[in-house]
Amino acid sequence: MIALGILILAAVLLLVLTLWRRRSPATLRHIEAYERLNREVGLAVENGTRLHISLGRGNLFTSRGGSALAGLSLVRRVAERTSVSDRPPIITSGDAALTILSQDTAQSGFRAAGAEEQFRVSAERMTGLSPFSYAAGTMPITRDENVSANILIGDLGAESALLTEVADREDTSLIAASDNLSAQSIFYASAQEPLIGEELFAAGAYVGAGASHEASLQVQDVLRWLVILAILGGALLKMAGFNF
Amino acid sequence: MRVFTAAFAIASGLIVLLGYFFPILLLSRLRLILTDWAIVIAGFSVLIGIFNLIAVQMERIRTRQKGSAYGALLVISLIFTFGIGLLLGPDDAFMKLAVDAIIVPVEAALMAILSITLIYASIRLLRRRVDLTTVLFLLVAVLFLLAIMPTPFGPIPGDQFILDIAGMFSRGGARGLLIGIALGTLLTGLRVLFGIDRPYGGN
Repeated sequence: MIALGILILAAVLLLVLTLWRRRSPATLRHIEAYERLNREVGLAVENGTRLHISLGRGNLFTSRGGSALAGLSLVRRVAERTSVSDRPPIITSGDAALTILSQDTAQSGFRAAGAEEQFRVSAERMTGLSPFSYAAGTMPITRDENVSANILIGDLGAESALLTEVADREDTSLIAASDNLSAQSIFYASAQEPLIGEELFAAGAYVGAGASHEASLQVQDVLRWLVILAILGGALLKMAGFNF
Repeated sequence: MRVFTAAFAIASGLIVLLGYFFPILLLSRLRLILTDWAIVIAGFSVLIGIFNLIAVQMERIRTRQKGSAYGALLVISLIFTFGIGLLLGPDDAFMKLAVDAIIVPVEAALMAILSITLIYASIRLLRRRVDLTTVLFLLVAVLFLLAIMPTPFGPIPGDQFILDIAGMFSRGGARGLLIGIALGTLLTGLRVLFGIDRPYGGN
């Protein structure tokens, strides 16, 4: 029942705050990685280079699917913003269902920008189904396809070190976020501005995906405070001798 | 069509979610049916994904892009292995040999490269960013390695103390990160459930 209560609370807050944010957009705190991302999108269009978005291996039938869906929100906005370029972004994933959704999402982005003819189905690729085959299939893209920035966002594991290494070797920008703790520590060591923890889910809000994404961040803040209060309250009750 | 796909996706999501919370027989049966459908679709999506992989490589070969020879090798190997797998079955000795003699060694080699890459990344970290958290990050990583690594003289003195103290902070930090990720996943799921984000059938 607690889980259902949290779910209902989150749903109500999300709907209410989305309506509110449509009237007054939120002021978001500065996150350097997303500032850089917005810059890189503009630079790629101006310079005629490509962006590479790696969505990882987040299977949509598992709890890892959340990070993949957050990545798809980013794909939608990036596709829309780069639709004026003759070099569409390349989107790679290590899960077949995610590849199909990335094609659909990118096409939606191009359609929304009135440039559906720019959409190329071959720009959304499944590069491998196992962690290392995915990394091995993705690495040449940074080297061979005139990529100026790599955006790794989704469920990636230790194999992401191979992707960050090739990005560094090719002297391309790297913006990286994952829901996996191993990958987060790798990104901390290798990305210029790493995104830690739930900052992954803020991608949509920072690329202007809409009021619902800003509202999501606010609901996360509210729920985070409730979790903090629950932890502190539980610790105090335990110290007072209550067993539960 | 777009309205239908959205309505179907939202209804399916709600039925599965409600079936999880309320043990009503009809909901449970519907939930199982929908989950079965999802599994079948996932199976077919793998075939589509492999077709995508072949199509991308064929385009590289056709346009004679850099590294297209590797693409040709991949397509030939894929078709050959798939054909043999269909004819002989996945338990055949040849199929096991393909896994044990090619896939496992290649992945092991990549794992070895990965460990060197990680050492190199940690060396470069101080060149890239010098602040308190970076120094702390490297210090804890080195202390952990010292505490868990085997030495000719046995464990280093104070290894358990290092693991307990550093482990306490790192476990707490990891839980904090995971709670944040869980909340982000919850809100992302809700946006899809309400049809606000629709990564299917156009949006």
